[in-house]
Amino acid sequence: MKKKFSHATIEKSPMLLLLLTLIVVAIGGLVEIVPTFLIKSTIEDVKGVRPYSPLELAGRNIYIREGCYACHSKMIRSLRSEVERYGHYSLAAESKYDHPFQWGSKRTGPDLARVGGKYSDEWHRLHMADPRSVVPESVMPGYPFLETTPLNYRNIDGALRALSIAGVPYDAEAIGNAKADLEAQATPFADTDDLMQRYPKAVARDFDGNPAMISELDALIAYLQMLGTLVDFNAYETTDFKQ
Amino acid sequence: MSDSPKNEVDDVTGVETTGHEWDGIRELDNPMPKWWLYTFYACIIWSFAYWIVMPAWPYLSTEGWTYTKGVIGYDQREVVARELGAVAEGRADEMQQIATLALEDTAADATLMEVSLAAGKAAFGDNCAPCHGSGAQGSWGFPNLNDDVWLWGGTLGDIHYTLTHGIRWEADDNTRQNVMMAYGRDGVLTRREIADVAEFVLALSGRADDAEAATRGAEIFGEQCVTCHGADGQGNRELGAPNLTDAVWLYGGERASIIESVSNGRSGVMPAWGGRLDAGTINALTLYVHSLGGGE
Amino acid sequence: MAARGAPGHHVPGTMTTASWGIVASLIAGALLFIVIAAKAQDAPMAAHAWLFTLAFVAGALAIGQRHFNALERGPAASEEVHYNDAVVKAGVIATLFWGIAGFLVGVVIASQLAFPALNFDTSFINFGRLRPLHTSAVIFAFGGNALIATSFYVVQRTSRARLAGDIAPWFVFWGYQLFIVVAATGYLMGVTQSKEYAEPEWYADIWLTIVWVVYLLVFLATLARRREPHIYVANWFYLAFIVTIAMLHIGNNLAIPETWTSSKSYALFPGVQDALIQWWYGHNAVGFFLTAGFLGMMYYFIPKRAERPVYSYRLSIIHFWSLIFLYIWAGPHHLHFTALPDWAQTLGMTFSIMLWMPSWGGMINGLMTLSGAWDKLRTDPVIRMLVVSVAFYGMSTFEGPVMSIKAVNSLSHYTDWTVGHVHSGALGWVGFVSFGAIYCLVPWLWKRERLYSMALVSWHFWIATLGIVLYITSMWVSGILQGLMWRAYDAQGFLEYSFVETVEAMHPFYVIRALGGVLFLTGALIMVYNCWMTAKGRVRESEPLQVPSRAAAQPAE
Ligand code: HEC
Ligand code: HEC
Ligand code: HEC
Ligand code: HEM
Ligand code: HEM
Ligand SMILES: [Ca+2]
Ligand SMILES: [Ca+2]
Ligand SMILES: [Cu+2]
Repeated sequence: MKKKFSHATIEKSPMLLLLLTLIVVAIGGLVEIVPTFLIKSTIEDVKGVRPYSPLELAGRNIYIREGCYACHSKMIRSLRSEVERYGHYSLAAESKYDHPFQWGSKRTGPDLARVGGKYSDEWHRLHMADPRSVVPESVMPGYPFLETTPLNYRNIDGALRALSIAGVPYDAEAIGNAKADLEAQATPFADTDDLMQRYPKAVARDFDGNPAMISELDALIAYLQMLGTLVDFNAYETTDFKQ
Repeated sequence: MSDSPKNEVDDVTGVETTGHEWDGIRELDNPMPKWWLYTFYACIIWSFAYWIVMPAWPYLSTEGWTYTKGVIGYDQREVVARELGAVAEGRADEMQQIATLALEDTAADATLMEVSLAAGKAAFGDNCAPCHGSGAQGSWGFPNLNDDVWLWGGTLGDIHYTLTHGIRWEADDNTRQNVMMAYGRDGVLTRREIADVAEFVLALSGRADDAEAATRGAEIFGEQCVTCHGADGQGNRELGAPNLTDAVWLYGGERASIIESVSNGRSGVMPAWGGRLDAGTINALTLYVHSLGGGE
Repeated sequence: MAARGAPGHHVPGTMTTASWGIVASLIAGALLFIVIAAKAQDAPMAAHAWLFTLAFVAGALAIGQRHFNALERGPAASEEVHYNDAVVKAGVIATLFWGIAGFLVGVVIASQLAFPALNFDTSFINFGRLRPLHTSAVIFAFGGNALIATSFYVVQRTSRARLAGDIAPWFVFWGYQLFIVVAATGYLMGVTQSKEYAEPEWYADIWLTIVWVVYLLVFLATLARRREPHIYVANWFYLAFIVTIAMLHIGNNLAIPETWTSSKSYALFPGVQDALIQWWYGHNAVGFFLTAGFLGMMYYFIPKRAERPVYSYRLSIIHFWSLIFLYIWAGPHHLHFTALPDWAQTLGMTFSIMLWMPSWGGMINGLMTLSGAWDKLRTDPVIRMLVVSVAFYGMSTFEGPVMSIKAVNSLSHYTDWTVGHVHSGALGWVGFVSFGAIYCLVPWLWKRERLYSMALVSWHFWIATLGIVLYITSMWVSGILQGLMWRAYDAQGFLEYSFVETVEAMHPFYVIRALGGVLFLTGALIMVYNCWMTAKGRVRESEPLQVPSRAAAQPAE
């Protein structure tokens, strides 16, 4: 018999089988994933996107904790019907500081990529406490406990530090002032000059209707109200976004 | 593929086995089904063709990392831009006119009106209905837009202004702005005085129980409230102050709700749509809201 | 290559140097977690640190106890092959337990979407927290235990070798249960990374990595000591499943914790890259956990139960290698029309299409193995379950490539169509093939002549099938309806429906889906009862169905 390669060789060696399997399954991922870090046009060159302010970040963590992403996408696809319903399609640049991303995979509720500034704080308050009080057809759960729970931001500087390790441009000053920035953004009439300089377009006010306390709802509404507000799309042509 | 040329044959199918056995399990040496193999090849060939046509493979070029663009130069973002452009162009006549003509003139044109109402209805469902209700019927804190009771006025101009600049919307410098004081929280009136003035407000719509308290309340009303709500309590649309003599209440007309309104104020907020929706859509929405029943 | 069984230089089950090492590591681990508990930044971290401490101490005590029991028992009579079936039994019980739990939570979340008042305005059991509890419970707790249990059973029989390691297989079993409990209680407390199917936080991820590596080693070492010249095809699939999941798990879970005493971490990669890595993982969790692993199961239990040879060895080879190669590339089909660049979407779509035939290779090998034994479909409801599972596998691996086509995905993405697709694979394929394997295993493991009742298997089959049909048809209708409503235009070319109108339209389908879930759960409860009675040694009189028993043919153990 001619000596040719036979699959039996692989079937007789667990280590060979393991090794070949590993090689075969490694290829696809490498070829797809690595270039997205290397091809420059993957992330569009737009102005305005900045890291989350500490209060917004805390709100984002509550958004993740409650599993809002299970029902809400934050990725407007480049399709006519989506752009008409939700606004400009989402850019990769808009989530370049998102660790992890929050694009979602199911739209039981509407897309939230541009919900910032669409409703009043009061509406969010009513809606989060009891969605059906404002939208009778809604199937969203109520989260009345958010407004009564004080926000735990003991370790907010740790959060910024961890993100800076992952590459988010929070400098030592931003980390050192994380607590102060968070409090300034949620307290009416606080001095917000530093906050604004670090986080342009940040909105500072009492979000939950209870100035006496910084609640989880304060953080969540601060986050919802900034979504999609950072990039000024009037300043760009459609051709600027070629990936 | 089998190890030895003479393997056992399965008697049910008459097919040779591979000669191995694991815990009683054997394998037949059937070939791969032809249709299976050819369909597999077809899928592979189709994929190759698709890669030639479409953007597909990343590679390192002399200018750095890039990808094959495909022979037809497809780019989804271009496609959607073109599609939206075509839609805009198809409606250019109507929407252009709706965006630029005076609202009254649009209202007088049957074709333009038809487009306006369709555009208005579509925009209303996703932007306004969450507050004002899917039938624009309103709810607690959010006014009914079907009736002829208006806080800030029901003419086309009034509605247009409200939509463009919002109400108490901080981010808009020209927003409709007027804040009723929190008479209780800010310590302007005592609890007793508030109870009295509430009794008077009830009296305005003929529902007072305690005539004496209402009389005391009338005096306070005269001092504190008339600037906005008017001497007869009929309200003032310049200031968005509601009429207190009718049966329509934004925050409830029972004694407790009235006391709450006076003690803490309300200051309902509506976002400004000027930056968010384009001029044509806002005009269309104005005409749509105006047409709901209460337009003036 | 055939290694001998354990030489009797010491009493089996007593402490070896390695066992002492394990006990020492457990105690060291317990001490570490006491420190973490004391310094914890948040309540969930404290609770989990105590849980780990307790589990490690219990593990150390159990190993000690085992040592003394073994001493008392003395050396066992030497035998040909002494299979480790105790850990498989534990795995079967865990599979049943977590299956019921996962299906129940599925019914709860299905009901919450139909009747949102069932969220009760609470934090612990609102939909957003229960949904990952459901997906993890069914995929990792139910599916994972089914895979661990059957892989341990299959690799021993098809290698004619005892499972490698003494404590190691038990470490895999209990370590995995600990991971499940940490993950599940974490979700209820709001601890999540939000990456679908990888939600557990960093410390649970690290723990799973350790458990999984031991799993891989046990499996490999068992293969290495096999007494068969060739490695059976089922084991190729099991091995590919184990090693690829290890790769994916580590790649997708790279994260930086706030501090080492905080339950919160941040993904290492941002935005678009994180999305691609997530769906590289997510799609292949489907490809290797829910597909390759269960194909391993199929390749043993179908030929075994049908008592027929596997249809085609050559097909096995080609579909195995093409399946594992092509699967990895298909992830971007979860990101069509998003901010992921077009080129990656193209690759995701084309590789999904190419994946169709390799997937069907498995289906053909499974179904055609019955040639010459089709009558068993009539007489043996367990075979019926296994065969229908393969049919569902074929259906969802046809539907998947269709949904990967961008034009189709523009409609289906974000809608219930995806959920319908998921559950035709999950309930039909993963569920039924596992049920079939369990019905085979329970009499074999507990050494019973046959199952307590074949009629009950038949009832389970029909009730669950009806449940699946209700589930997936209602989701197809609602998904397509939703997709069409989102893009419907009126005569003037404006969007016809507002979002809430589409929410309203889903209601009847959500009710039907919940009903389907209740039926599926009912079937599973019947199975648990049947298995329980079988294990107790009861046999139901007046059996209408005659099924050949295998217990008698078992080698002496
Ligand atoms: C069970 C699914 C579900 C979950 C979980 C859920 N939502 Fe919703 N959400 C909906 C639905 C359905 C709507 C549309 C009806 C409505 O406005 O209530 C909605 C609407 C919204 C809106 C209004 C969007 C718009 O543009 O009209 C916001 C904001 C929102 N949700 C935020 C959240 C946040 C924050 C969370 C988590 C704390 C959350 N949702 C969790 C289903 C859900
Ligand atoms: C965040 C909630 C919210 C949204 C969204 C909203 N509104 Fe309003 N709207 C209000 C509130 C609150 C008022 C009453 C404010 C006050 O007390 O004066 C109001 C008042 C109005 C008025 C004035 C009514 C009057 O009696 O004068 C009009 C007209 C109106 N809204 C139309 C719209 C339209 C059209 C849209 C969508 C483009 C819209 N609103 C979106 C909250 C909202
Ligand atoms: C600075 C102007 C101003 C003054 C002074 C004022 N109000 Fe008002 N009032 C308003 C406005 C504007 C609203 C509309 C509610 C809103 O959105 O804030 C309102 C609302 C109300 C309501 C709720 C109506 C409803 O439909 O639910 C009551 C009751 C009321 N005012 C009573 C009073 C009384 C009593 C006083 C005096 C003690 C008073 N107001 C003084 C501006 C004023
Ligand atoms: C009684 C049976 C079951 C019921 C009632 C049920 C119900 C549900 C519901 C309601 C959802 C959420 C869908 C949504 O967000 O709209 C869901 C999601 C999911 N379920 Fe199930 N399920 C059941 C069994 C299973 C099984 C056995 C598996 C896997 C083996 C499974 C895997 C999944 C997955 C992967 C998802 C997420 C889907 C996605 O993200 O698109 N389910 N299930
Ligand atoms: C050839 C095989 C398959 C292909 C090409 C495929 C393709 C797809 C596609 C295109 C989606 C929708 C993505 C989206 O729009 O978001 C999807 C979702 C999904 N599929 Fe498949 N599928 C296949 C087989 C299977 C099987 C056998 C199962 C289950 C056992 C399965 C489980 C899932 C799950 C869980 C999701 C939901 C992911 C999520 O969004 O959370 N798939 N699949
Ligand atoms: Ca507050
Ligand atoms: Ca994880
Ligand atoms: Cu996939």
